Amino acid sequence: MTVAIETRIGEAGHCGPDIRSDLHVRIEPRESGRIEIDLESRVKPYYGEAIRRQAEEALEALGVQHARVQIHDEGALPFVISARIEAAARRAGLGEGTRVLPNQIPLPKPSPRDRLRRSRLYVPGSEPKYFINAALHGADAIILDLEDSVHPAEKDAARLLVRNALRAVDFLNCERMVRINQLPLGLEDLNEIVPESPDLILIPKVESRNQVVEADHRIAAIKGDYGITRPIWIMPILESALGIENAFAVATASEHVVALTIGLEDYTADLGVVKTSSGAESLFARQRVVNAARAAGLQAIDSVFGDVGDMEGLRAWGLNSRALGFGGMGCVHPLQIPVIHEAFAPTPAEVEKARKIVAAYDDAQQKGLGVVSLGSKMIDPPVVQRALKLMARAYEMGLSE
Amino acid sequence: MSILARAEMIANAAGRMVPEAVNGRLQTPYMGVGKYRPGGSKAAPPIRSASDYPASGDKRVADLETALRRCGLRDGMVISSHHHLRDGDRVALLALEAASRIGVKDLMWFPSASFPSQKSVIELMESGVVDHIEGSMNGPLGDYCTQGRMRGMGVLRSHGGRWQAIQDGEVHIDIAVIAAPTADPFGNCDGSHGKSACGSLGFALADSIYADHVIVVTDNLMPFPCIPWQIQGNNVDYVVEVESIGDPSKIVSGTTQITRSPDRLRIADFVARFLRDAGIMRNGFSFQAGAGGIALAFVSYLKQMMKQAGVKARFVRGGSTKYLVEMLEEGLTDYILDGQTFDLDGVRSLAENPRHVATSPFTSYNYHSKGNFASMVDAVVLGATEVDVNFNANVVTHSDGRLLHGIGGWQNCLSSGCTILAVPSFRDRIPVIVDEVTTLCGPGELIDVVVTERGIAINPRRQDLIDAVRGSKLPIRPLPEIKGEVERICGGKPQRPQRGDRPVAVVKWVDGTVLDTVWQII
Repeated sequence: MTVAIETRIGEAGHCGPDIRSDLHVRIEPRESGRIEIDLESRVKPYYGEAIRRQAEEALEALGVQHARVQIHDEGALPFVISARIEAAARRAGLGEGTRVLPNQIPLPKPSPRDRLRRSRLYVPGSEPKYFINAALHGADAIILDLEDSVHPAEKDAARLLVRNALRAVDFLNCERMVRINQLPLGLEDLNEIVPESPDLILIPKVESRNQVVEADHRIAAIKGDYGITRPIWIMPILESALGIENAFAVATASEHVVALTIGLEDYTADLGVVKTSSGAESLFARQRVVNAARAAGLQAIDSVFGDVGDMEGLRAWGLNSRALGFGGMGCVHPLQIPVIHEAFAPTPAEVEKARKIVAAYDDAQQKGLGVVSLGSKMIDPPVVQRALKLMARAYEMGLSE
Repeated sequence: MSILARAEMIANAAGRMVPEAVNGRLQTPYMGVGKYRPGGSKAAPPIRSASDYPASGDKRVADLETALRRCGLRDGMVISSHHHLRDGDRVALLALEAASRIGVKDLMWFPSASFPSQKSVIELMESGVVDHIEGSMNGPLGDYCTQGRMRGMGVLRSHGGRWQAIQDGEVHIDIAVIAAPTADPFGNCDGSHGKSACGSLGFALADSIYADHVIVVTDNLMPFPCIPWQIQGNNVDYVVEVESIGDPSKIVSGTTQITRSPDRLRIADFVARFLRDAGIMRNGFSFQAGAGGIALAFVSYLKQMMKQAGVKARFVRGGSTKYLVEMLEEGLTDYILDGQTFDLDGVRSLAENPRHVATSPFTSYNYHSKGNFASMVDAVVLGATEVDVNFNANVVTHSDGRLLHGIGGWQNCLSSGCTILAVPSFRDRIPVIVDEVTTLCGPGELIDVVVTERGIAINPRRQDLIDAVRGSKLPIRPLPEIKGEVERICGGKPQRPQRGDRPVAVVKWVDGTVLDTVWQII
């Protein structure tokens, strides 16, 4: 009789005629024998050998020695292949504590604290096909999402996929954001994500200052372990009545918090009201977020506009949002990006007025005058400050020389 | 019996190895763009006498089998059909099955294109009724050919190349079988009316003029005269009435859909902006785009830009779709010159609007015409399966050599003023921008611009275009740079798929010379 040992089949990823850029991996541990790899792939004539080689190396790194491994590939890129193999191995109870990391492309420059954050494009963390070209569409930021768009059973695998994407995918000029899960699950996300130096972490459903502090401490500890010195910013998402009430405390919980944002689906659910396109039911909450953020010297960022087909509605929402004091909002489809950028851009009249004020200010500075005046009007210092800021923003958005 | 086994291979002007003979006929290897100028007279059908045809004009016979018998069908003949009914066509199969019942063998089927619904031709090839196909093959028929199971060699021609081959006698059609959405007993045909309406019938025009015998098959017979007539009854021998010539739901799509893929929309937007910024989009200009997702999106973006700039086109070339019809109806173009009709709006417009005109490969693409429309079009937007760093492109095979698409009008359109390939830089993990195309269908000297989601590459031969877009915000990049980026994303250069050493089909250039070979896959 053979001695019964615990074998567990581990599977990860997806395959099928409608699946693209992903793969399904099934690892069946055995008591003895070699590693046997069955490979099916729609790109087999081109990358069959590369996939097999990559799988062998990954399995060896994970310490898998005796197993039958079935790979059904739908044209996945290498960083996806390694994430899926690692996830399947871990689910099989193998390779604990080992990471199979894809080659690291050069890290982009650290993200400035006060950078432009008009648009942030949500990309589901379990859908690798959306990662690859996400940055092409010109959003200010990409959010690799581990929270609502990922099924609870897929959290572990999505985490690895997002981690690998941070290493291997070129997100161009986009700020690389990750939305982790609600704490405490989100702390496990941080363990995988932070070593890859994301620019910003979004923490969902924040209701108290302590949650931000807890996440911030964890981030700092991991950064210390990995010798990471570049900043990793935090954007708490307030999504409940209590969260809104505590907005200022949350905003000031850590020096790494750079922006406050709001999640209106959960917030309206918490209030027990219907979310409307006019947003009347959430006006108070949004104003509260803007005020708390500004009081703490942070950016205020609005929620998403969910109806991808309604570009006019989106434009109206964005214009209103900017008027309330928000500096940007989320997007759920790349088509929303240009509309949002237009809505959050200063109007030509605003730019022109600011330009005149700045010119008058420069003029007064040169002449050593304490008072800035434009025509017959005296310009107050805060107005000058606002004009300077607006011109700097307009320059960043490419609206001014 | 096998000619394939004996085929001697020689290198053509593009450096491609091509067979000296195809299906027993000596070939001219590709010599370069515009280099081949054959002489002699054009082919012609036999002289007929009106006194041999019924004075009443009633050419109806009981069924296809009777018509084929009366046309003298025998072993080894060439039977042609057109593809305006696309995947809904029933007539080509009805004709080949009738031939099978008659008991003939070794036919050559010469469709203007074949479709997956015609896959049962494989059984007719297995049983010996059909020897081989000269015409586009994809899906199951394409696999049958590339697996090396077809007895004769496949010959892939452009729409213009098919007309050229008929006119210079390279292909002689013994019997043309023409599916007609509307016809009269004399044989006049119209494509725009009837329950199986498909719009234009241009692909059947050469067959009707040059075939020895012409059979019209219709499911909507009306008393003489059938007005308008796109096919003239004076060329027709027999008319057969059937219950249905095709499945209307597969003939035209109810609605043509613009892609919602952000990457493809980005490509379409780039193409439209390129035409605008290069100054090609100006009053009186012309363009052609197909019915694929990118092409439709391109048309909708260009339309907005034309409105903003107050620009109007003189003509646009179909494949017509709802989007071109809207441009016509909104006065953004004077004419649609339509080679085939893709959706219900196109069919309606062609039937009702005198400025929506059916054309044929004779007017549009034929190498033996005294000029053709294709070179008069200012810009054309096409797809491709692969493009190499020298702008050579492949449209017929997948990167592994399997037949994927017919050539269609693609090769012919390359002669436009500005030929743009709108392609993703990679599909799944397979690079589209490569070092060398698997199958050469379009010489790089005719391909001016490659637009991908990662940037736009202009052929260095087109300094005028490079100068025209200088100062534009478009991401203009060298093609090798895009290729390098794609290879980095895909994890290195792909390995070269293994292929057999046996030619199974040839790709003809628009002039009838042999441009490249499709090899058996293993």
